[in-house]
Amino acid sequence: MMILSGDPPRSRALTILLILIVLALVATPWLFPGAKALNVAAKICIFAALVASYDLLLGYTGTVSFAHTMFYGIGSYAVAIALYSLGPSWLAVAAGIVIGLPLAILLALAIGLFSLRVAAIFFAMITLAVASAFQVLASQMSWLTGGEDGRSFQLPELLRPGTVLISKATLGVEINGRILTYYLVLAASAAMILLLLRVVNSPFGRVLQAIRENRFRAEALGYRTVFHLTYANCIAAVVAASAGVLNALWLRYAGPDTSLSFSIMLDILLMVVIGGMGTMYGAVIGATIFILAQNYLQTLMGTASRAAADAGLPLLPGPLHPDRWLLWLGVLFVASVYFFPTGVVGRLRGKPQAAK
Amino acid sequence: MNELAATDSLPKPKRDIIPALLPVALALLVLPLIGSASSWATLTVASLAMGMMIFIMASGLTLVFGLMDVLNFGHGAFIAVGAYVATLVLVPLAGWMQADSLLSNLAAVLPAILLAMAVTGALGLVVERVLILPVYGQHLKQILMTTGGLIVAEQTLYALWGPQIIPLPLPASLRGSFIIGDVAIAKYRLLAMLVGLIVFVAIQLVLNRTKLGLLIRAGVENGEMVEALGYHIRRLFLGVFMTGSALAGLGGVMWALYREQVHASMGDDLTVLVFIVVIIGGLGSIGGCFIGALLVAMVANYGGFLVPKLALVSNILLMVAILMWRPRGLHAVTSR
Repeated sequence: MMILSGDPPRSRALTILLILIVLALVATPWLFPGAKALNVAAKICIFAALVASYDLLLGYTGTVSFAHTMFYGIGSYAVAIALYSLGPSWLAVAAGIVIGLPLAILLALAIGLFSLRVAAIFFAMITLAVASAFQVLASQMSWLTGGEDGRSFQLPELLRPGTVLISKATLGVEINGRILTYYLVLAASAAMILLLLRVVNSPFGRVLQAIRENRFRAEALGYRTVFHLTYANCIAAVVAASAGVLNALWLRYAGPDTSLSFSIMLDILLMVVIGGMGTMYGAVIGATIFILAQNYLQTLMGTASRAAADAGLPLLPGPLHPDRWLLWLGVLFVASVYFFPTGVVGRLRGKPQAAK
Repeated sequence: MNELAATDSLPKPKRDIIPALLPVALALLVLPLIGSASSWATLTVASLAMGMMIFIMASGLTLVFGLMDVLNFGHGAFIAVGAYVATLVLVPLAGWMQADSLLSNLAAVLPAILLAMAVTGALGLVVERVLILPVYGQHLKQILMTTGGLIVAEQTLYALWGPQIIPLPLPASLRGSFIIGDVAIAKYRLLAMLVGLIVFVAIQLVLNRTKLGLLIRAGVENGEMVEALGYHIRRLFLGVFMTGSALAGLGGVMWALYREQVHASMGDDLTVLVFIVVIIGGLGSIGGCFIGALLVAMVANYGGFLVPKLALVSNILLMVAILMWRPRGLHAVTSR
């Protein structure tokens, strides 16, 4: 209870599902050997943390930000550039973190103070504009960021796949640097999600929810809503940047497509809404469903598309093409905003909450 | 407060002309920086044309927001759909497009524009009924719904037309430019300016001189009161939304011809630009939107000429500067 900050899943089915996900993630190297499964598992961890930090904004304060990938990208690029230019050492990782996270906080502070003050709807538009400018900037400053190609780099010795820590005979699976990196990612993501759970269940988190329900009334009660929203924005930004750091460490690469693009922003939105806004657990569920679908549903769609093409059906092969899976997720997204705005978690909890 | 006698004329509404002077001031300010009068003229015409096209696309968004309090994040989808629908007509009629006679060019372009506007207008009807009707008054859900709509629309375009860029050459008679002295003015830019001006004047006339416009303006001020007077405000909403969508479609065709290519992601890029314009102008204001579009285009063109490095972030800087000065945009219309 302590570790969950007194906010348990509150549903038997949800609890079982969460335990299953966590167990599967912890045991991935044993249960699902192979590079792809490990990749998927690491991505689930990273995105669960990223989506949870977005949920702090969307679900708990009711503000829509389109700049979340920008902070994610800042974290990724900071570590990538540091490791690229300083060489593979722990000092470089530390340098990336020390530069990246404060930069994200400063930017979040500036955006927050500037646009959260004016009107709630401005925030969504301004973050969209700032994020797109940042994306252009990152791809243009190729001397620093490597442009469209991004930056590949080497990890410190300990985290490299070639480093064997425990041989295969002892545990059944060779524990090498890659596996160690995976557990680093898993532990850091779990810590961030638990930290966010702590934040939303603190008095500060209660104020955020009060602002979401009725900003005017929260202000009338004496809370300085702009500062609360800006703090929330900064916390979300720093967690997103940390997730970006993990992402870069896992991929050994940072580029516009993997850390900055607008489509990642849409993915995050989809995950939050499908999992359930304002629940934190929804982030884990949403990220798991989405990443699994992204990696395995596409294969299925490819088969269906080829089958439809072979059967000579008109029109069907196009929409069923594996690249078009986002189309169906988009339909699912609209349907879930409309029919079950509380997402999977809300459904499993079974309490029809009045969603706003 | 002085009392007004019944015979006194009503007090004139205060006119706020400083925003309108901004583009003029900006144009004059950069003249000495650019140095050569001919390149200044070319750049100015280019910015005016670009600004007009952006205005056409942005006007629908700001109208819809002003009246319905709905921020349509899927507005860019209408722009892209308009452009794609136009290719349905323009690509098969490529022969007419390349014929060197204005008449046969227009015979291809006009139906393309009309069809694009009709399709985007009809799409607007569907989107309003299906996506937006259930979420009136709920900003968060509106943003989510329309963003979802944007994803679906964009992916549908990919599914139907494929991911490749469709080239869309300008009609033969609109290519090239008029040379006045040593100033070259592209013909298509003149046309774009003309169309933009017509749209602006038409919207202003409808809003300020007709009963429909009166109802719309009243709806912006106080929708409940208009409803209480017995008008169907929902029907008005629908009409405005369809008009806004059709305008986005028109803008999409114009932009596609300007860039001479069509791509499904054009909606994304333009959404950002259009948002900046609408924010600068003040959400809901047509006049502000017009000035905002001109300013954005001018900053992009002059900035690109003077300090190419700066052009990437010039829009953001402009937006920040304007919002520092007037936090609600140039013309704040609604109290929202």
